[in-house]
Amino acid sequence: MATQSRAEPVHSHSRPRRGVVEHTLADISATLEQSLFAEEIARRRGLLQSLDPRVKVVSVILFLVAVSLSRSLAVIVGLYAVTLAWAWWSSVPMGFFVKRVWLFMPFFTGIVAIPAFFITPGPPLAHLPLGLVITRTGAMTALFLLLRVSTSVSATVLLVLTTPWNSVLKALGVLHVPDVFILILGMTFRYIYLFLHTTNDMLLSRKSRIVGQLNGADERRLIAASAGTLLSKSLHLSGEVYLAMQSRGFRDYPRTMDTFKMRRLDWLWGTVMLLITAIAIWLGR
Amino acid sequence: MLASPALVPLTAPQYMHIPDGYLSPITSLILFLLMLPFWYLGVRKLRQRMNARTVPLIALVAAFAFVIMMFNVPLPGGTTGHAVGGALAAIILGPEIASIAVSIALIIQAFLFGDGGILAIGANCFNMAVVLPYVSYGIYRAISGKSDMKSAWRIVGAASGGWIGLTVASFFAAVEFGIQPALFHTAEGTPLYAPYPLSVSIPAMVIPHMLVASIVEAVVTALVVVYLQRADQPVLEIVEKPTLVTEVSGFKRVRALWVGLAVLMVATPLGLLAPGTAWGEWSGQELANMGLGFVPRGLERLSGIWGAPMPNYHIPALGNAQLAYVLSAVLGIVIVAVVAWLFTLLFTSGKASTRSQS
Repeated sequence: MATQSRAEPVHSHSRPRRGVVEHTLADISATLEQSLFAEEIARRRGLLQSLDPRVKVVSVILFLVAVSLSRSLAVIVGLYAVTLAWAWWSSVPMGFFVKRVWLFMPFFTGIVAIPAFFITPGPPLAHLPLGLVITRTGAMTALFLLLRVSTSVSATVLLVLTTPWNSVLKALGVLHVPDVFILILGMTFRYIYLFLHTTNDMLLSRKSRIVGQLNGADERRLIAASAGTLLSKSLHLSGEVYLAMQSRGFRDYPRTMDTFKMRRLDWLWGTVMLLITAIAIWLGR
Repeated sequence: MLASPALVPLTAPQYMHIPDGYLSPITSLILFLLMLPFWYLGVRKLRQRMNARTVPLIALVAAFAFVIMMFNVPLPGGTTGHAVGGALAAIILGPEIASIAVSIALIIQAFLFGDGGILAIGANCFNMAVVLPYVSYGIYRAISGKSDMKSAWRIVGAASGGWIGLTVASFFAAVEFGIQPALFHTAEGTPLYAPYPLSVSIPAMVIPHMLVASIVEAVVTALVVVYLQRADQPVLEIVEKPTLVTEVSGFKRVRALWVGLAVLMVATPLGLLAPGTAWGEWSGQELANMGLGFVPRGLERLSGIWGAPMPNYHIPALGNAQLAYVLSAVLGIVIVAVVAWLFTLLFTSGKASTRSQS
């Protein structure tokens, strides 16, 4: 699974070997920690936080389209600068923001992009030892990939960090995502946390009863049993949730309470974003 | 050419969640449109089978799919990996419903955690929420057949389903990457998106998946089936309970139409044998050659305004005119079908909602 933009815990102290139980526990707490952090940023005062989420979601999608349509590296660099300005005005810690995007880029997209420097046919740009030749075409295509991915990830990360999840869900309604779908998304999101806690408890209770280390086969069995238990639990729970919904009067279709109001700032932002997108697409033709 | 499989094992699992920037917006859009019928199919299946139970069931299975992607699975030999869970969900709930649940998990990852691209949602859903569940379910059913729920065939079916399903999904992702440089590049030939041609992208994606990610998927699917055989057998039977599968497929009624369409599709390359241009579709130059002394200025001016995405039904990357012809026929039919379906949805959804409100 992509951990490209997810903060991984740093392990400074070395231990002989961390088992999968510890790994999974660490991943779960990193996810929980990350969403707490995002919630904290979403509560701060700032430019992106004060926007109507509908405008924000639509404008980020427009922005991503502009990034992905551009045929000019300079335009993509310009758009990356725009995300830095957003982050600055939205009191997102700059160090964290830049690191979150660029720290993982070399490990993931970098590994994909680096061979392109050498194996793409084209006029030579530089000769390296070992007979490696960087081609002009290769350098361009690798830069396209790296800049495009990092600019898109930056914009997405800002959206994720500055918008409370229930606002993202409601804003999807503007994109004509059907209500039932949004209701399901919301429920899923809630139960993800329940299941993360359940898994955490399951693995922690098991870990506290283990002396020494499990071998691979036992670890596999343990992980599979946890997954199986979680699956049965989720199926049984869905029946109970259904009954609970019915007893509270749920009648097969949801109503969303739309409390969003477009203010002057939102219109202004929308116009500016349309302009930026149009200019970027025009310049990057 | 320096094929890069040696470099890839590290990146292979990440490759499955395609970030924005790897695919052209057109590719993303087409794959997104391709997803619509599968989502529609899944929701319809759920409504037929369990109606109002639908909402919590999908929600909780999607939450399960999200959480299972976080499990670290150890492989013999010391490496660990993450499973997608699409094969398992398909075996338990059937591919249509699994497709919805995995899609929702992927959408939440993209919008709320920033994993995987937002524009690439269609592509990611297509690979992991359509190809994976449908292929693994087909293989699971083919191998396990009518065998007993406790039978070892179920385990073999689950393992092969997971392994083949994810490998085929990685193949599809590789094709999506591999067609980018041929279709989208600058005038000088610099690829704009994923830089490698099919000859590199397919081995670089598929081989590492076969060796790691697909094995993880197989191990998780099989071991959970083993666990359920022992601990919670009714869960394994959900798909096959005859009372739940009551719907009649719409395929039979219109089968003749589909067969006819398929024959026409296969016959399209016959058009290549005919010389000349289709009647009435002449270009300005051809009109002049035919002896027309005067070509209307407007025709001349407007002829360049619309460039087809595949001029003359030719896909240069394929290098095979007949195959390209058939492919463009398939593509055209798919696009038309999707648009038609969207229209019916648009016009019927209004009625449906008034009915449910009354």
